[in-house]
Amino acid sequence: MQGRGGGGGWTRASGPRGTVASVAPGESAGRAMPVSTLTAMARDVLEGGFPALWVAGEVSNFQRHRNGHWYFTLKDAAAAIDCVVWGSDQARLPAPPDDGMQVAAFGRLTMWAKRARVQFVVHAMEAEGEGLWRKAFEKVRAALDADGLLDPARKRPIPRFPRVVGVVTSADGAAMHDIVSVIARRHPGIDVVIIPAAVQGETAPASLVRALRRAARWGGADVLVIARGGGSREDLWAFNDEKVARAIAACPVPTVSAVGHVVDVTIADYVADARAATPSAAAELVAPVRDDLRRDLAALAGGMSASLTRRVRDGRRDLLRTARAVRGLATHTAERGRERVRTLSAKIHALSPLATLARGYALPRDAQGRALSRVAQYTAGLPFELVLRDGQVAATTDAVRPGAAP
Amino acid sequence: MFEDHLARLEAIAEALERRDVPLDEALRLFEEGIARVRAATETLDAAEGRLRELVQRADGTFGTTDGTPLAPDDDG
Repeated sequence: MQGRGGGGGWTRASGPRGTVASVAPGESAGRAMPVSTLTAMARDVLEGGFPALWVAGEVSNFQRHRNGHWYFTLKDAAAAIDCVVWGSDQARLPAPPDDGMQVAAFGRLTMWAKRARVQFVVHAMEAEGEGLWRKAFEKVRAALDADGLLDPARKRPIPRFPRVVGVVTSADGAAMHDIVSVIARRHPGIDVVIIPAAVQGETAPASLVRALRRAARWGGADVLVIARGGGSREDLWAFNDEKVARAIAACPVPTVSAVGHVVDVTIADYVADARAATPSAAAELVAPVRDDLRRDLAALAGGMSASLTRRVRDGRRDLLRTARAVRGLATHTAERGRERVRTLSAKIHALSPLATLARGYALPRDAQGRALSRVAQYTAGLPFELVLRDGQVAATTDAVRPGAAP
Repeated sequence: MFEDHLARLEAIAEALERRDVPLDEALRLFEEGIARVRAATETLDAAEGRLRELVQRADGTFGTTDGTPLAPDDDG
């Protein structure tokens, strides 16, 4: 289209005026074209000549301008071009690129007519090795880590037997469907309360934050599942949002994140109290199987019965054993007593005056039974008793003669 | 509630295993345990789960819709 006229003739640019002028602008000194007309024409040609396209190169000289736009140069070994990212397009990029990053930028070629400067206006960008996403991810993670929100000590246990499970997700999404059907299959006694939120797109972060705050203020759930089915990295990006992460961390109810597929790890996974690989896995994590619980209860009852039976049986056995021991001890004690009595008895017998009597002696006693063993205890005429081996003899004192025995 | 029952039941079962609990105490624990097993089982049987949606009332407080009974679907 351009240059069809040859020799520098611009039939398109001169078109509107072609009907009244046979000479195109710029064809002679007299019809010299103003600079601004030239650069505007050049811009139109540039913009008309190139569709929106992807350009690969290395980022250099990145600058965040005060006017809110980003400027940088995209270059390869042989050439370079100025690039700009308008403020309004920046929200679609996970993070600004770093100098030296190899990127593919999607945009349109244009010219800043005022300075005839060719510029590539970037609408989207991807860095080699997911560089931009990783950069954004790490930035959020570092911010949360600095506030201690990723501390494993913050993790609360997930209740083992929730009565009400709150689910923050899209009301009509696959995640919701999966969670409900898994919970219904495992434990149809659990209430599932959905707290609807947009889970992708530009409104998703704010929507998720709102839903989390509503769930917190409601306070009726025993555990909260934050879920989204699989999708592209961009689809899941809301779950890497710092505000969403902080809302999860602030939730008074224990949280389970379940975003995407097994391989997708999001910031939400780091701050939630538990991470499930998928929404279905989250449902399995929070919902115990009801039949298992019934079995557990029966096992507990059986165990208690067995314990008690054992206690009674052991008690009876202990009682019998003790009775036997007591009986044995009593017998032993009695035997020892008897033995001791025998010994003492023999000893006493040996010492007894009766033994002396048996040898033929007599024991004199007064009326009170006191032994009369000295002369001084006698007076003439005193009656006394003589105890002999085989009986007593009544006697009277005839005379008292002190002195040594004969 | 179910959780309370279960926690208590586990404690009772453990106490019954120990020999240092007097027998009359063990009997009392056993009776309590059986009552709790029954109550917990009734809780399980009675609970009829529903799928509800959180809604904010006009006065700013929160509640849930009546919802529909939970039912596993065929492909679940």
